[in-house]
Amino acid sequence: MATSFHTAIESLRATRVWKSIFRRGPAITNRTRSVAVFGNLFLHWLPVKVLEKSLRTRAAYYLGSLSFLLFLLLVITGVLLMFYYHPAAPNAYRDMKDLRFVVSNGVFLRNMHRIAAHLMVLLVFCHMFHVFYRGGYKPPHEFNWVIGVVLLLLTLFLSYTGYLLPWDQLAFWAVTVGTNIVSAMPVIGSKVRFVALGGNIVGENALLRFYVLHVVILPLLAFLFIGVHFWRVQKDGGLTVRSKDDDGKN
Amino acid sequence: MNETRSTPTPNHRAASQRPAEVSRRDFLGEITMGALGVAGLGGAALTYQYFSPNVLFEPSTNFRAGNPDLYPVNSVTFLQEQQVYIVRTSGGFYAVSAVCTHLGCVTQWKPEANIIACPCHGSKFEPNGKKIEGPAPRPLPHFSVTLTADGELLVDKLQVIKADQVLNV
Repeated sequence: MATSFHTAIESLRATRVWKSIFRRGPAITNRTRSVAVFGNLFLHWLPVKVLEKSLRTRAAYYLGSLSFLLFLLLVITGVLLMFYYHPAAPNAYRDMKDLRFVVSNGVFLRNMHRIAAHLMVLLVFCHMFHVFYRGGYKPPHEFNWVIGVVLLLLTLFLSYTGYLLPWDQLAFWAVTVGTNIVSAMPVIGSKVRFVALGGNIVGENALLRFYVLHVVILPLLAFLFIGVHFWRVQKDGGLTVRSKDDDGKN
Repeated sequence: MNETRSTPTPNHRAASQRPAEVSRRDFLGEITMGALGVAGLGGAALTYQYFSPNVLFEPSTNFRAGNPDLYPVNSVTFLQEQQVYIVRTSGGFYAVSAVCTHLGCVTQWKPEANIIACPCHGSKFEPNGKKIEGPAPRPLPHFSVTLTADGELLVDKLQVIKADQVLNV
């Protein structure tokens, strides 16, 4: 059984298609394992070697990974919701109602998106507090802490722009209040509010602007900064914050 | 060609007064960066203009509120679309904004308590817009009310007037 599986893999590796994709032999030595990591777009930012103590983790170390998994879940469910949603008045509210009461499994997807969004905000804050109390903002992690703050802001902006999309009373007044807070900024406040809403009141322009921010601009920025964040975790020497009184004894 | 290049150019100023030599490469580089900077600023300005709509599909700020006889003496009438209260006292008419000065929620007229109350954060106002309690920082503004030639009330929300100005009809 094992040998037939082995020969199947070997014959697959011998095919021209496989060779054109991977362009290397099996990863059996340290060198070929390194080449496998370096030569793969999805792995190349990972370190070739990982300290054993950085793998000894508590549950709290998974807060960041869980936030990322929720982000992926939100992208998937969000794209599925887009198939039924029109960012216009009065369609937006009706589409949201349709998703809840008419579309098959629509309520499941919508609630998954909604609850995952709430959870992501919660987990991102938990992650930040955990990193803060572990001293994860100290050198050499300073830059990644700043990236993390950017990601926190992106999470909050994503959450806030998504809040308007159901186009119900809660959404309308939440965004009315929120953008009035923005207009309290000195000098440019009312201009920023006007451009953010595309008008003086929360109307169709505001809905479309928030929609574009929510489904295109902010997720792309989030992917970009998440990429830098993960890459810097590896380049800064892994997850464990090394200090004298906590030598990896987690 | 080499000969002309090596020939010293006529120098009218003393060497100490001459500005530092700038090579052609540096000069063109600075010109290019300057042009890119100007183009970038222009692009930012154009983008800002693009995102500021020129036509708004919003209720007009200038509207007719109908015949004065529609409003009984000592009454407060809420105009939903315009978000304005038309108040008629024995002294005359005035128009009070219904938008809370705190964070922009639309307030409600409570005739049983004789107050204007905000549902969002609990600000309270008198029917003349005067603040009773916060968090609203300012009283509700009064808008200009005039009579049209055919005798209808005309409210202009862009003209904020003093609270003691009343239209006698």
